[in-house]
Amino acid sequence: MITDWTLWLEWFIKALVIIFALLIGFAYLTYYERRALARMQTRIGPNRAGPYGLLQPIADAIKLIFKEELSPAKAYKFVFFLSPILTLLPSIVIGAVIPWGATVHWFGRDINLYLADINVAVLFFAAIASVSVYGIVLAGWSSNSKYAMLGAMRSTAQMISYEVALGISLTPVILLANSMSMREIVEAQRSMWFVVYQPLGALIFWIATLAEVNRAPFDMPEAEQELTAGYHAEYSGMKFALFFMAEYQKMIIVSAILAVFFFGGYLGPGEAQYPILGPVYMFAKIMILLFVMIWVRATWPRIRYDRLMSFGWKILLPASLATVFLTAVGILMFDVAKNALWMWFIPVSSMLVFAICVIGVYQALRRLTYERV
Amino acid sequence: MSVFEPAVELVRGLWVTFKMMFEKPVTYQYPEEKREVRKRFRGRHELHRYENGLEKCIGCALCAAACPADAIFVEAAENTDEKRFSPGERYASTYEINMLRCIYCGYCEDACPTEALTLGDNYELSFYDRNSAIYTKEMLLDPAPVTSKLTPQKVEPGAFNRSVPEMENPKD
Repeated sequence: MITDWTLWLEWFIKALVIIFALLIGFAYLTYYERRALARMQTRIGPNRAGPYGLLQPIADAIKLIFKEELSPAKAYKFVFFLSPILTLLPSIVIGAVIPWGATVHWFGRDINLYLADINVAVLFFAAIASVSVYGIVLAGWSSNSKYAMLGAMRSTAQMISYEVALGISLTPVILLANSMSMREIVEAQRSMWFVVYQPLGALIFWIATLAEVNRAPFDMPEAEQELTAGYHAEYSGMKFALFFMAEYQKMIIVSAILAVFFFGGYLGPGEAQYPILGPVYMFAKIMILLFVMIWVRATWPRIRYDRLMSFGWKILLPASLATVFLTAVGILMFDVAKNALWMWFIPVSSMLVFAICVIGVYQALRRLTYERV
Repeated sequence: MSVFEPAVELVRGLWVTFKMMFEKPVTYQYPEEKREVRKRFRGRHELHRYENGLEKCIGCALCAAACPADAIFVEAAENTDEKRFSPGERYASTYEINMLRCIYCGYCEDACPTEALTLGDNYELSFYDRNSAIYTKEMLLDPAPVTSKLTPQKVEPGAFNRSVPEMENPKD
């Protein structure tokens, strides 16, 4: 039983900070993305509102708030109102378990730079991330419109397929850290980042999260050209903004999770002496990972739907199962033989398996192509 | 065709977009920074003057006749030596172009016997209402070389009887 009211205050403040950081982060992520995309297309991007266009997100927000809220005549009104909220909430809730830093000593008390260090944080993440599928499918269904319905169907199928690979690719991390707590996963990477031990796991996780947050090249559910924005086609004004917000906050969150699981989270040079550097490193890593997402969006075309499915089930799922097996073998042999070389068996063998997997699928696809001709 | 070619191509694509980030943006910051128009660009019409300040337009309305969009309205009046606007007998007392009708085809330019009318470089034609889309003679006419040479002028009798000047073929 916690009776210390300052602890409640601390939690309250930290929760507020996380929510506002995510809200502002969402607003400025749109700006960041627009600027980065523009530069890649040799444009300048938004630079009119305020210095360097920094007030552009605020202008967008004001515009969206004052836009008329339309709802289709035959929509299921209650679900129609509920689904944007249902999509947005999980992305904020996951923010609670992400460790933004270690413990700092302020105001004569130890303050942990995270809201909750629950011992099943990885499961928590997997569970909550799946909830946002409901928001999308209910949005598509309650709109009572065929494009929205098709977008929602695609989205659900895609997210459920990639969820499998996502969940399994988390297992090597749990094995390597020997814990499900995010804090302990980060601390286990003090000697070496997990991306070095398990590069294939990181790659699969990254690809699966791209599909999970509906980003290019897996932005099938909201394919503008084919589906006129997919599941949120019937939404406008602030309800549309909530979907938009959910997508960008999920981008931030999965980048943070990727940083925590594979790129050492808040660790960095000098972090042990000055724990306040932790959030700075975290921020830098998230920015870099977000940049890669934007970069991919600027470069790669959308993947065809049947290939999306076969890629998810035929490559990512076996490869992620292989990473689990090989990681377990490596750790076991390391424990038995007490030889550090066995740790390096993991990345080498998993990359090998991935190459074999890719070659096999490529040959199979080529045979198919020739047979058709 | 190697097995890893698709992967190599994906990375090559990434490299192209990354390289582009360091290229100078092609954007023109429009209201501050304007782009030079092409030599033969057809923008807003201009009515020209001779060096002595007389208008080239003689009010013949051939431009109005040539206009496929019926955008030009010309009304002519008689010149006198006391109040002379242009060489010859007549001048355009009213000259209006409706910029909402104009299709910038340049037929009026071709029809003009005195090279009075050309399509200039100005493309900033936007209006808040239909009436302000009608450009009058005062708006289209070039400014006089010096203020003393504004039309109408008082000239010697018989000096400006010929309405169509000697002209060369267009050079550009």
